[in-house]
Amino acid sequence: MNFAAFDKVLLIFFHELQNYFTLAGRTFVRIFRRPFYYREFAIQFDKLGFSSLFICTLTGLFSGMVMALQSLIQLKPFAATSYVGGMVAVTMIKELGPVLAALMVAGRVGSAITAELGTMMVTEQVDAMRVEGTDIIKRLVVPRFKAMLLALPLLTVVTDVVSVLGGYIMSAGYNINPIMYISGLPQFMLFQDLIEGVVKPAVFGAIIAITGCYVGLNTKGGAEGVGAAAKKAVVLSSVLILVSDFFLAKIFLVFRG
Amino acid sequence: MISSDSIRMEKLCYSIGGRKILADFDFHLERGVNRTILGVSGAGKTTILKLLLGLLDPDSGSVYIGNLRITGLPESSFMQQRKRIAIVFQGGALFDSMTVGENVGYRLFEEGRLSQGEITRVVLEKLSFVGVETALNLYPSELSGGMKKRVAIARALAADPDYIFFDEPTTGLDPIGVYNICNLIQRLQAEGKTTLMVTHDLTTAFATSQRFTFLYKAHMLFEGSEEEMKTSSIPEVREFLEPTDRSLFI
Repeated sequence: MNFAAFDKVLLIFFHELQNYFTLAGRTFVRIFRRPFYYREFAIQFDKLGFSSLFICTLTGLFSGMVMALQSLIQLKPFAATSYVGGMVAVTMIKELGPVLAALMVAGRVGSAITAELGTMMVTEQVDAMRVEGTDIIKRLVVPRFKAMLLALPLLTVVTDVVSVLGGYIMSAGYNINPIMYISGLPQFMLFQDLIEGVVKPAVFGAIIAITGCYVGLNTKGGAEGVGAAAKKAVVLSSVLILVSDFFLAKIFLVFRG
Repeated sequence: MISSDSIRMEKLCYSIGGRKILADFDFHLERGVNRTILGVSGAGKTTILKLLLGLLDPDSGSVYIGNLRITGLPESSFMQQRKRIAIVFQGGALFDSMTVGENVGYRLFEEGRLSQGEITRVVLEKLSFVGVETALNLYPSELSGGMKKRVAIARALAADPDYIFFDEPTTGLDPIGVYNICNLIQRLQAEGKTTLMVTHDLTTAFATSQRFTFLYKAHMLFEGSEEEMKTSSIPEVREFLEPTDRSLFI
């Protein structure tokens, strides 16, 4: 690749980055401005949040079970199987719960947001709304953003709870009683871990919503374009979730002192 | 003489991916003069409508709605002026997730000035005008192509605009559908609405407009009445009206 081509790629990258953060900023500002589109918010909360409950429950159950299984195998030689509850809980609540729930929701919801808005773009419905005097960000982006901001932490809490239960189901097979399983939790966890466990998914929810909306509202080229945009949104939000998870972990470590 | 009650573009340039769509394009739509922009598919006709509405930003040049230069302004600052214009998109662009009634009353719901009862009355009146009042509670996916266009016209009428833009209003319709849409447009004109249409369908164009603009390779090649167009000596215009040599449009 020659310098001119590299220069062009960089230019496009920074232009996209600028537009992405502009949309995020405009969305954030409009959260507090009327009209609030409560009905649209409720529809989106149901569509994006509630309908992801099953997939998050399944993710939590099997992640908790496999986490407990692997931990028990490692802890048994040291006669430390009683710590399994704490290990499963801290790993799931601090890291795996938010990330796995976010990745599942990004695949399911991120693509749906992009496909819906992308279809509206290519069929000129977005243009029609603009001509009718609608603020597109307020009408289409903000309700999805708010729905994801609220739904993903709730879904993550469900994922975490189910994963701890899943961990117990496996542990019960190793003669660990419920008291023993739960008593390990305070030794491994601080209250701040619980805060971290809900702040992270809120950030991930915002990423999924903004990415889905950004890619959707920039869709071009008919049905093929919508398909490509949905794929792009899932990949982009998944990468952003993993990258931001690292930085959030660093930030929380700083606060921990 | 340019009237303040008009929509116009001056020396407008617009390109997509390096391809010139419009070059130094001047256009003027004055109140009461119904116009059609003609040209082959892909000539940039729809782009003109979107530029006039401020849905696209030109590379250079200006668009005015009345005396306000909307080019470069944020959308919120010319929303009031743009409310004087409505558009019927090629595919109707009805909102999938809403019923026909909600589509037609969309702007009125958004503005929040009228009560639910008043909005319903206006919606029924407009649907009745276009002859699809029975579709009130149907979704766009349940409508035929012709019905979608009629509902789109009803939606355009709901806010009582001065100007209505039509993007290929008769494309894909059977002859009866074409007749009905042309008839509707004529009735709108009789009610004082000014129409601007882009089409490549000459029957529709000549049935509904007094002035014609012919777009060719990013430039306005012709502007005049039906009679002037039919007697024009410009080879591209003659070819468009009676195709014999396709090489001109390749």
